[in-house]
Amino acid sequence: MITGKTIAMNAEKKQSSIAFVIGASSVGTLIEWYDFYIFGMLATILSKQFFPAEAGTAALLSTLAIFAAGFIVRPFGALVFGRLGDLIGRKHTFLLTLVIMGGSTFAIGLVPGYATIGWAAPIIVLILRLLQGLALGGEYGGAATYVAEHAPVGQRGFWTSWIQTTATLGLFLALGVIILIRSNQGVENFSAEWGGWRYPFWISIILVGVSVLIRMRMSESPMFSKLKSEGKTSTNPLKESFGNKANFKMVLLALFGAVMGQGVVWYTGQFYAQSFIETVCKIDFVQSRNIMLVAILMATPCFVLFGWLSDKIGRKWIMLLGMLLAILTYRPIYKEFIAITSASNRTQIVDYRITKAGPLMPLVDAKDRHKMYIRQVIDTAYLDGSNFKYTITDTLIGFNEFGVDRPINLINPTLIKYKSPKSNIVIEKTMGKSATWDIIWLIFIQIVYVTMVYGPIAAFLVEMFPTKIRYTSMSLPYHIGNGVFGGLVPFLGTLIVEFTKTSSNPSGDSLAGLWYPIGVAAVCFVIGLVYLSNKVDKNVMD
Amino acid sequence: MNTLKKLLGFVWMLLAPAIICFLVYQANIKIQAAGESTRANVILQWSIILIIFIPICVGFFLFGKYAATNEYAHLPSTSEEINN
Repeated sequence: MITGKTIAMNAEKKQSSIAFVIGASSVGTLIEWYDFYIFGMLATILSKQFFPAEAGTAALLSTLAIFAAGFIVRPFGALVFGRLGDLIGRKHTFLLTLVIMGGSTFAIGLVPGYATIGWAAPIIVLILRLLQGLALGGEYGGAATYVAEHAPVGQRGFWTSWIQTTATLGLFLALGVIILIRSNQGVENFSAEWGGWRYPFWISIILVGVSVLIRMRMSESPMFSKLKSEGKTSTNPLKESFGNKANFKMVLLALFGAVMGQGVVWYTGQFYAQSFIETVCKIDFVQSRNIMLVAILMATPCFVLFGWLSDKIGRKWIMLLGMLLAILTYRPIYKEFIAITSASNRTQIVDYRITKAGPLMPLVDAKDRHKMYIRQVIDTAYLDGSNFKYTITDTLIGFNEFGVDRPINLINPTLIKYKSPKSNIVIEKTMGKSATWDIIWLIFIQIVYVTMVYGPIAAFLVEMFPTKIRYTSMSLPYHIGNGVFGGLVPFLGTLIVEFTKTSSNPSGDSLAGLWYPIGVAAVCFVIGLVYLSNKVDKNVMD
Repeated sequence: MNTLKKLLGFVWMLLAPAIICFLVYQANIKIQAAGESTRANVILQWSIILIIFIPICVGFFLFGKYAATNEYAHLPSTSEEINN
C-alpha cells in the first residue's frame, strides 16, 4: 500500500537524483567552457607566443581567427557527436567529448612558441583548437538533452537553466584562474614563452579527470534507454534530422528565429564587452577582468530566474525581450563606456608629485644593437581616484651600434640614422571606484540580456525535436547560432572597426563593430516574433 | 498572421542572395585595397567569412522559401507530426 510517507520519500529521492544529474552534467560542461574560453582570454599573449614578433595587429587578428576557427567547427562537432549521441546514447557521447576537450586543452599548454619551432607552432595550435571546437560541439547538446530528459514536467526550463549557467561560469572560472596566476607571477613571468599563461591550460587536465570520474557514475537518459529497449532509436539521425522536411524546417526556424540572435547577444555581452573596455577604453588588464568577474557573478542567478519564469509564461517572450533590449541599448551602453573612461570627462590633479613624467629611459635592443628605444612614462591622477598611465616609446636607429644604456642627452644626434616619426603610446587606465561601478553596472545589464535569451533556450530547443533525433537536431542550430554567429562577434566586430579607419580618422569608429550583433539580433527578433510559438511542450517523451 | 509570414518569406528569399552579393562585393573591394604586406591576411579573413556565410545564406533562402509557401502556418505540436 502506498502511503503519504512513501510518496514523500519517492519525491525526495527523485529530487536528489535530478540534483545529481544536474550537478554531474553541469561540472563537465562548465569545464568544457573553461577550456574553450581560456584561449580567448589569453589571445593577446598567444598572438605574441605563436606568431612572429613583428606581426603586430596581424598576429592578433590571426590568433582571433584561430579562436574563431574553434567556433566555426562547432557545428561539425554537433553533427558528428549529435549523431553518435542519438545512436549509442547521451552518456557515453558526452564522456568522449569531455576527454577530447581536456586532452587538446592540455596539449595547447605544451606547444613550444614561434621562437622555438617557427610556423609549426600556430599550425599545431590551430589543429588543437579545432579539436576543442569539435568536442564542444558535441558536449552542450548532450548535456542539455540529458538534463531535459530527466527533468519533471513543468520544470524543464528551471532545471536546464542550471546547464545554461555553466557557459558563463566557465568564463568566470577562466578569468579567475588567469588573474590569480598572473597576479602571483607578475606580468613578465606570466608572458614568457614557458610562463604562467600555460598553467590555465595544464590545470584543465585535473579538472577534466575529476569530471570524467563523476560522469562515469551517471546512468543513461531514461527516455533514450526506453527507446533503445523498444528498438526505436534512429538508424540514421543525420538523414532523419535534415533529410526530413518537417524536421529540417524546424531546425531552420530554431536557428533563424531564436539561436542566431541569442548567440550574438551572448558573445557581445560577455566577450565583446570585455574586449572593448580593454582595447578601446584602455582599462588595465587586471581591472577589466575584475570588472567582468563582478558583473558575471551578480547576473548569473538570472539564468535560473528566467529559466524558471519560462516554465510559467513560455520561452518565446523572454528571449525576444532580451534581444529587443540589446538591439535598442547596445550603442548607448558602449558610448557610455567611452564617456566614463575618457580623460576629458574628469578633473586632473595638477600636483606634479601625483601627475608626473618619469625620466627618459634609453634601452638598447638586446638583439639589434643599432636599435634603441627611448621610453617615458607619464602618470596622471584624477580627482575621482582614476589613474591613467601613458608609456611613450620612440625608436632610434643608429649608423653604428649603440653602446651601453646611457642618458638620452649623451647620445650624439649625428649618430642617429632614423627616428620613428610617431611615438608608440600605450595607455593603461585604472578607474576610480565610482567609474568602476558604472562600468560594472553597464556590463551587468548586458549579461542580464544574456540570461534572458540564454536561460530558456535549452528547454526551448529540447521541446522542438523528437527524442530519437533530438541530440543531432538541437545541436546543429545551437552551434551555428552560438559558434558561428556568436563566436564571430569579436572577430567581425574588430574587422568592421578596421574598415572604418581612414587617413583622416586613423582610429576609426569604435562603435561600428556593434552593427553586426545589432543587425543579426534585429533579423532574429522579427523572425522569432512572427514565426515562433510561445507554447511550452509538456511532453518531451515522444 | 499567415499572410505576414508568407510575405516576409519573400523578403528572406531576397535578403539571402543580397547578403551574398554584399559580402562578395566587400571582399573584392577590401582585397583590392589591401597593401602587398597585408593582402594574404585580408584574403584569408574574407575567405573564412565567405565560406561560412554562403551556406548559411542558402539555409536562410530555404527558410524564406518554406515561409513563402506557408510551411510555418502551422507548427507541429507533437513529435508524431514531425516523424510522420
